[in-house]
Amino acid sequence: MRLNQSLMPTAEAVYKLIQELNKLPGIGPKSAQRLAYHLLRTPEEQTKLLADAILLVKQKTKLCSVCFNITDSDPCLICCSDQRDHSKICIVEQPQDIVALEHTKTYNGRYHVLHGAISPTEGVGADDIRIKELMKRLQGGSISEVILATNPNLEGEQTAMYLNKLISPLGIRVTRLARGLPFGTELEYADDVTLTRAIEGRQEF
Amino acid sequence: MSKPRNYQTEAIIIKKIKLGEADRILTLYTPHLGKIQAVAKGVRRPRSKLAGHLELLTHSLVSLARGRNIDTIIGSQTINSFLPLKSDLQLSSYALYATELVNQFTAENIENYPLFELLLETMHRLCQGDDNELVLRYFELHLLDKVGYRPQLQQCVSCRLPLKATTNSFCPSAGGMLCPICSQSQPLTYPLSVNAQKVLQLLQNSDYNTVSRLKINPELSHQLEMVMRNYLRYLLEREIKSTAWLDTLREQTRRAAFSQIALL
Ligand SMILES: [Zn+2]
Ligand SMILES: [Zn+2]
Repeated sequence: MRLNQSLMPTAEAVYKLIQELNKLPGIGPKSAQRLAYHLLRTPEEQTKLLADAILLVKQKTKLCSVCFNITDSDPCLICCSDQRDHSKICIVEQPQDIVALEHTKTYNGRYHVLHGAISPTEGVGADDIRIKELMKRLQGGSISEVILATNPNLEGEQTAMYLNKLISPLGIRVTRLARGLPFGTELEYADDVTLTRAIEGRQEF
Repeated sequence: MSKPRNYQTEAIIIKKIKLGEADRILTLYTPHLGKIQAVAKGVRRPRSKLAGHLELLTHSLVSLARGRNIDTIIGSQTINSFLPLKSDLQLSSYALYATELVNQFTAENIENYPLFELLLETMHRLCQGDDNELVLRYFELHLLDKVGYRPQLQQCVSCRLPLKATTNSFCPSAGGMLCPICSQSQPLTYPLSVNAQKVLQLLQNSDYNTVSRLKINPELSHQLEMVMRNYLRYLLEREIKSTAWLDTLREQTRRAAFSQIALL
């Protein structure tokens, strides 16, 4: 959906703002317009805070040189912490996945963010995500387990299978997050792949 | 008379792109509607009832509601999840390659039942553990047939004389084989051995059961792959993205085998 300038009898600056907001994920032209007029009515100090926050997030954050998580100090807090188990690395597709996993408070190792997943038909191959950097981290023999936490969809599975091929010959234990039924759903709606893996991955009660 | 608001169709999921926070736009290949696009709402959330039934390389029965710009998927039930494909890196990559070709060679809303059937059969064949390269070459030649680019492999496309049992050349821009005399004036041609020509002809003219009994050595197999790849690329006027990944996998397998030998 594209914005039509002729339909927008408005100041150039407002149009520009709407255009930029419209580029954000999940923001259609209608929402963009609503947000723009909302900002227009907001006191200037308030909008300045927002503008500064947007600029700051670009200026003050970088990628951790160890795990490639988004951080304001390098290495990031997780990589620096001696409370965490440095022999385990959990591999995720994107920084937001770390937030979700940390929220569970059940994992105490470190992470590695791939920044994507292999997607052959989109032209995303092994060199387009941070696999080389991961393999470098695995040298030296201090890592005992790699946990593959890529998404349970085809791209995530392909990435996991490829990494397993690369890592298991190194003698490092490779595990995959259990793939089964999501909590709060009903069995009858589950697809075959999920159900098959849920049966295979069943555990002692 | 207006069309009914909701409809149902079989479909193979051949492409997906993210939309907004939790939705996807899916490309479906169907038996009677050809290629269609539809929105699947909420499928990126873990609790989505639809997601597993709408993953790539799944054959599903899909219910859709007509929309002004794009139709919306309101239900989906798996017919075949092709689990053996999805749990194997090599096989899923081959199958993705096949879906990419179908996507690239078709326009939306044009029925092509034989092509639907070919794609579905190809996915089954990949699951069966047949010679995968042969499955793909058969798929490529028959896909070209079904979309109107059947290459001429029996006679010279220039002088129209039947080809002699000698090295003749495949010429992508001419859409077929050239005899040694005619190929002299053509810069971009691929010389093919008598054997390679025979295999291509057999692939093009036989049913799959006959083809599946063929035994092809790796060198010939590679030659056939390259000549087909060049022809497909010529027709599409662009790279086929998944071939780069197929090459990566092959290289990785080769290196793994090499280090195995080194260990012994
Ligand atoms: Zn870090
Ligand atoms: Zn000729």
